[in-house]
Amino acid sequence: MRRASWQEYQKDIASDKYYYARSCIRQNFFPGSERAFLDILHNDLGIDVFDDPLHTSCTGIGYHSDVVPLETIMTVVARQFALMAEAGYENFISSCITSFGIYNEVLATWEEFPETEERTRKYLKEATGRELVKPRSIAHTSDIMFHHRQAIARKAKLRLVNRHTGEPLKVVEHIGCHYAKIFPKSGIGGSEFPYVLAGMIEAWGGDVVDYPERRHCCGFGFRNYLVQANRGSSVANSHKKLESMAPYKPDFIVANCPGCAMFLDKWQYAIAEMEGMTYGADGRGIPVLTYEEMAGLVLGYDPWELGMQMHQVDVEPLLDKMGVEYSPEAKYLGAGGKYIGKPADVAVNCFDQRRIYEIKR
Amino acid sequence: MGKYFDMLAEDVRLHEGLKACMNCGVCTAVCPAAEFYNYDPRQIVAIVQTRDDDEIERLLKGNAIWYCGECMSCRPRCPRGNTPGYVIQALRTLSQRLGFFVESEKGRQQLALKRMIGDNILATGYCLTPRNIRPELHPEQGAVWEWIYDNHEDVYGRFTETYLKEGAGALRRMDSESMKEIHRIFEVSGGKQFFDTIEQHSERKAREMGYDGATEEYMLETYTYNSENHY
Repeated sequence: MRRASWQEYQKDIASDKYYYARSCIRQNFFPGSERAFLDILHNDLGIDVFDDPLHTSCTGIGYHSDVVPLETIMTVVARQFALMAEAGYENFISSCITSFGIYNEVLATWEEFPETEERTRKYLKEATGRELVKPRSIAHTSDIMFHHRQAIARKAKLRLVNRHTGEPLKVVEHIGCHYAKIFPKSGIGGSEFPYVLAGMIEAWGGDVVDYPERRHCCGFGFRNYLVQANRGSSVANSHKKLESMAPYKPDFIVANCPGCAMFLDKWQYAIAEMEGMTYGADGRGIPVLTYEEMAGLVLGYDPWELGMQMHQVDVEPLLDKMGVEYSPEAKYLGAGGKYIGKPADVAVNCFDQRRIYEIKR
Repeated sequence: MGKYFDMLAEDVRLHEGLKACMNCGVCTAVCPAAEFYNYDPRQIVAIVQTRDDDEIERLLKGNAIWYCGECMSCRPRCPRGNTPGYVIQALRTLSQRLGFFVESEKGRQQLALKRMIGDNILATGYCLTPRNIRPELHPEQGAVWEWIYDNHEDVYGRFTETYLKEGAGALRRMDSESMKEIHRIFEVSGGKQFFDTIEQHSERKAREMGYDGATEEYMLETYTYNSENHY
């Protein structure tokens, strides 16, 4: 079976003592997931993760928009690695898929073209006085969650099961392109049959949906989204995926890339507004989760403390299916616990087609 | 013959991305950009492989090299181990170094990317920050993003104690010493010079197009204009 070929693509993942590098996109759109990752590792699993206040962006979005040169991003990456070593760590973990691809690409470039490593060392020393020390291991935070999936399953308060029917929830998993398409050996399961999210879904009781466009890009495409004039290309690719998955009636989508999670959520909103089209079996949009949100719900975390109110597609239908207890009133509370108003109604959260057109009018 | 190819060959990504292409077209079949743009990575690689200066110059001055989304879906599928996405990166870098990018509609967008992403890195240490995802430029972000944007301190404050402040945590403000290091890295490694190159050629082109230089108005034009001739 080719589907079993994921087992050929395994990598060593450290079990403890991680140096954590944050993601630009993720902290903008999923700050609750950033916190949940650290909370789950620290509080639920008793693992040492260092959250360094000194590291910067890897500049990967600039690099893949072709405004940051290769020599520059290699030096920025070298600084991150230097900070890791100075803090006493050697297992580098990144919460961004773009960054994860960058770290792997830079290490591979240094390996294959040693003169680039020499040049980077020189630039780093000249610019910062720091010394490059390469990490012993590189992992994405979804690798870490995958690695500890059975420990999470043992502490689970809920499973990925529809409490009304007793059936496993049907889950679409979306893997960010730069997780394993650049370096298949860097991802669990490689690029064709990545197992990193499927392993979590199966361990926590859900069913993984296999659908034709499962490996298609979400459509981000860096400049194809970042420049307004190009966004038609971005939404067209998300549209292609959504059209492909909808007949399988998924209960939710989970992505290991913060950009993909955001785009699959936001483009459902845009498509509903533009076309009156929604993709969920109940007539609404399909909720899109990060893997920490999925893990957090399984562990009994409050959905609003996980930041799920920041999604454009409402998650309540999924929470109700899983049997998550939550306070509807707490969804729109600010930092001090005061009510801060709520967003406007939008078509993607409306199960009644007539109402969708009322909203659109 | 081969001048531009020799310049491309100074980029390690060309060595990694192009050995000998047999033009099978698998890259085009799997390419998300080729699905919706009049774009064919197989053809781009074939042209580069000819080493023909006139043909490569046409690429460097045209729209085609700017359609790729750098998802790298082409990389694991190529039976010869090539990466058309890397070839694109080398072409785009050379196009900007030579100032050819301003000759195409899609290439001119590099000014918007430099100002929106590049300058933000030097200002904040991040590629993106919540305050530069302005709802009027991002209508697709929807009502929830507007709500977040309007209530940013309350919304982010629920998840991080260091929103816009120094210290560990999501959306922390970068400390001044780290920012100085990032600036010095951009200076010594050529990042700032590359930014300046984008600005200088954009300035020249903007004047040629009747603007009063590479103004905000010109930049927004590159950011929003779509001739609809790309499909």
